[in-house]
Amino acid sequence: MKIAIIDYDSGNTQSVLFALESLGFTGIITKDKDEITTADKVIFPGVGEAGSAMKKLQESGLDLVIPTLQQPVLGICLGMQLMCNTTEESNTKGLGIFEVNVLKFPNTVKVPQMGWNTIYNLNSPLFTGIPENEYLYLVHSFYAPLNENAIAVTQYGQEYASALQKENFYGVQFHPEKSGKIGAQILSNFLSL
Amino acid sequence: MLTKRIIPCLDIKNGRTVKGVNFIDLKDAGDPVELAKKYTETGADELVFLDISATEERRKTLIPLVREVAKAINIPFTVGGGISSAEDVKLLLQNGADKVSINSSAVKNPSLITELAQEFGSQCVVVAIDAKLIDNQWKVHLMGGKTAAKLDLFQWAKEAQDRGAGEILFTSMNNDGTKKGFANEALAKLSETVNIPIIASGGAGTMQHFADAFINGKADAALAASVFHYQEIEIPQLKQFLKEKNVSVRI
Repeated sequence: MKIAIIDYDSGNTQSVLFALESLGFTGIITKDKDEITTADKVIFPGVGEAGSAMKKLQESGLDLVIPTLQQPVLGICLGMQLMCNTTEESNTKGLGIFEVNVLKFPNTVKVPQMGWNTIYNLNSPLFTGIPENEYLYLVHSFYAPLNENAIAVTQYGQEYASALQKENFYGVQFHPEKSGKIGAQILSNFLSL
Repeated sequence: MLTKRIIPCLDIKNGRTVKGVNFIDLKDAGDPVELAKKYTETGADELVFLDISATEERRKTLIPLVREVAKAINIPFTVGGGISSAEDVKLLLQNGADKVSINSSAVKNPSLITELAQEFGSQCVVVAIDAKLIDNQWKVHLMGGKTAAKLDLFQWAKEAQDRGAGEILFTSMNNDGTKKGFANEALAKLSETVNIPIIASGGAGTMQHFADAFINGKADAALAASVFHYQEIEIPQLKQFLKEKNVSVRI
């Protein structure tokens, strides 16, 4: 299986690659359009700031490639947020795959949310075999509100969508590559799609 | 519900764990990778590696170590010690570290916080603050506590937050090594001063101390070294204890 990890200088690509390797797979970290479009699975990681990350995607033309992909695509953290319509972070326009606008957490809670929280109302093949209310590692200041693409919910001051799916596109706010065995199971489920 | 985090801290010198590691059931207790695995398996929520090597040795040993740790564990880890530029940080993150902790270099050059937050995101910038209560004022200290800076703990924490720090790791020098509990009053005040997560450090001796840091000190995470290294406190029992005290933990 060919797994492409999109490289746009904003991702924790190495951690994702290590996670794949510990599952017995390997991946290629790439910004090459052909490598990405011909892969069986595409992982779109991301940490950092949305505005500059989006700029880097545009510079490499990947902003036009990602929405056209036909194979299963998994956005992680900032990757997921960039797959949405817009994000309040630097008022950035996203890829518009998920029809939801990403908002900043209110300061009634500590921002960023940092640590292990539960996911529930799981509703996707991505979560096959994953019980409700397992803990995943999250670190983020912006969130996707509940919407029709939500496939998992998390509570932090309010309920929000901690995972999204639309057709072949999947997005998770948590870091499966840093979430112990449960995270590894979710990654493995993605690779089995 | 977001849970409180338990964070073992490993001191590293020339790629090896130093100071107070005494696991009976490990073949090589000096191997940071073995220790990292052990803590991950027993339920640590994160790990912190503090490199205390001299600069030259650190260059040779730290990056390979970070890679090995990143391969071996799948929970987040922070690397600190001697980080003073965006270039240092880039290398660590590229090799699998999730966060970096900066201390003296941030005090000397506060714009480093801003620069790192902009380039890599606040989520990976931990500002570590060593402070000591002197004449009723919490004074920030530098160079592993050797030099006193003129800064006040709370003002500095606020500035660090405003510059883009994602988290504060506060070590009370009055409590560190005493095993008499964390500096809960200062921790609680810190939590009111800033709106980013606070890691409590310095003073862990009993399981009750952790409960106190979370309940009275309002800390988001608690870091300790020797109580874990000498197996005086086991993480599964600690988490069970905290759960019974109604502290939300990941079990």
